Amino acid sequence: MSQTPISAAAVNDDIGEQTRLELYRSQVNIREAEQRAFDLFLQNMVKGTSHLSLGQEAVAAGFAVAMKKGDLSFCTYRGHAHTLARGVPVEKVLGELMQRDNGLMRGKGGSMHLTSEEHGVMGSYAIIGAHLPIACGAAWRAQYKKQDDVTVCFFGDGTTNIGAFHEALNFAAVWKLPVIFVCENNFYMEYTPIGDVTAVKNPAGDRASAYGLEKIVIDGNDADVVYRAAKTAYDKARAGGGPSLIECLTYRHSGHSRADPAKYRPEGELEKWKERDPIKIYRERLKSFGIGDDVVAKIDAEVRRVVDDATEKCKAAPNPPMEILTTDVYADGGWAWRN
Amino acid sequence: MAELTYRDAVARGIAQEMTRDPDVVFLGEDVAKAGGVFKATVGLYEQFGPLRVRDTPISEQAILGAAMGAAMTGLKPIAEIMFSDFFAVCFDYIANEIPKSRYMSNGQLKCPLVIRTGNGAGSRFGAQHSQSVENWCMMIPGLKVVAPSSPIDVIGLLAAAVRDPDPVIFLEHKSLYATKGEVPDGEILDKLGTAKILRPGKDATIIALALMVPRALEAANRLASEHGIDCEVIDVRSLVPLDTQTILGSIAKTHHCFSVEENPRLCGWGAEIMSIVADEAFYDLDGPLVRITTPHIPLPAADILEDAILPTVDRIVERVRRTLKG
Repeated sequence: MSQTPISAAAVNDDIGEQTRLELYRSQVNIREAEQRAFDLFLQNMVKGTSHLSLGQEAVAAGFAVAMKKGDLSFCTYRGHAHTLARGVPVEKVLGELMQRDNGLMRGKGGSMHLTSEEHGVMGSYAIIGAHLPIACGAAWRAQYKKQDDVTVCFFGDGTTNIGAFHEALNFAAVWKLPVIFVCENNFYMEYTPIGDVTAVKNPAGDRASAYGLEKIVIDGNDADVVYRAAKTAYDKARAGGGPSLIECLTYRHSGHSRADPAKYRPEGELEKWKERDPIKIYRERLKSFGIGDDVVAKIDAEVRRVVDDATEKCKAAPNPPMEILTTDVYADGGWAWRN
Repeated sequence: MAELTYRDAVARGIAQEMTRDPDVVFLGEDVAKAGGVFKATVGLYEQFGPLRVRDTPISEQAILGAAMGAAMTGLKPIAEIMFSDFFAVCFDYIANEIPKSRYMSNGQLKCPLVIRTGNGAGSRFGAQHSQSVENWCMMIPGLKVVAPSSPIDVIGLLAAAVRDPDPVIFLEHKSLYATKGEVPDGEILDKLGTAKILRPGKDATIIALALMVPRALEAANRLASEHGIDCEVIDVRSLVPLDTQTILGSIAKTHHCFSVEENPRLCGWGAEIMSIVADEAFYDLDGPLVRITTPHIPLPAADILEDAILPTVDRIVERVRRTLKG
């Protein structure tokens, strides 16, 4: 139905058709790549651990699509989604998960440390909360050098209970840094419900006032809502208005890590959230704006082809060579600590 | 040439580098308007202004995290952690983040920064404000670790640390801040990874670091005058990179080696160096490798107790004499 006329609403609203298709493609790309990572794990081809963002795609897509080139992302160990959303090729991500030589870091970092400096992905951090202060530093550089990029720092609900969260939020607020803190509240820290171990209802939102920040809690499963919140925060940061703390309510369809079957969920909870699957929501959104099923199907097929192709390339890729074992410990490229 | 305190050398070193490179910025607790709790950074705020010299909250993780993020993206930060004991509250950055980002990212990320800190005993501050933590840092791949013993070395090694493309831990000894030394005018730039022979000798090699350097020198003078033992004293200065060639070369000549270490005994820096000596210079040795260290206990506050447990000139003299002359 490619002839379906695009409604005036879709053409003229603040997001627009082209951006919506971009948001959709990004979410589907994450969904397909994450699902593939899970399948490859079941085939024993993804080694080590991995933490999937199935069900949380709208947050990564919304914030990334609203970014400008040069803006920086700091991710967590659950960072495949945010890395892919910045345009890093699926092959590079899957290659790293499969610990092959074609991976983003040639197998030296692994699933939890995806980094692509050329795409503005300034690392994925596996120690809870560690990257919030680091993101402050990147934002401080922009402020000091009068550069207009913003830094976006993603983290989970569990991070709000570690000290570095408090240190970074206060620091960013006092220094008025152009940094956006994005809390993905998926209601479970690892295995334990966040509500069982947190003094407030909204782990990030209810703490914003402690840093003189506005309480912002949004629907993290609606990419339009995320995109708009991101744009508002970026505009504020670029204008010198300082940091934002945004809590996105979402839900992960899989367990915490590949070792977790998520048996702690109450019956029916996952099904309830799957009705609010961000990709389902967005397909309906596109339809409501008159974008044809064929356009959507074409994107789905293209993404699937890219992921299939990446999978085959990764399967065929060699293991990392032994020569890289001792490279890049120090800036001279080597590891020498003595003469 | 002027006589300068170790304390003033810190400010001069930072000023030298901030003048040279506008990307050098400085942050820490009470470092700007107050000039530092040890008064080692007096005048920098006035000279370079509030954008480059910044007071932070008492948030050691934020200080090191911010320094790291700034370094990754193009600045050359100098971060102060007031007391080196506080490394324990921001150790994630020292152990996990700052030293490993380059390796984990396969060389994509850089981290050129300096972490300055007040290290060591002698101020009667007790067990949480007096430790020597150089061994906490030396054990981590990816870091460089420097500990100067004189004002001229403070400036030269600090300049080298700031210009170094890797993260450098810069340990200033609190009990040396008031000591003085001759410092030439103009720019001073030293080299990391170089030990210095401060006193040549032929009978035994004494390796020392920071506050233990002046004690080793005084002990060497007494050993010469009172016991006829001629010691070579080496200021190690840089634990990483480590100048093993200067140390091994000295032992090839003296055939005896002593370390004087302020850190508690287990896993002290001297243990690593002595293991290298045992591996690579065993047949040069005419006697045991002897480590003179602080015992393996927390540091007491009382002056009389603190003075009793750090290696003293008397202890160094006695251990060297007994080892060489029985």
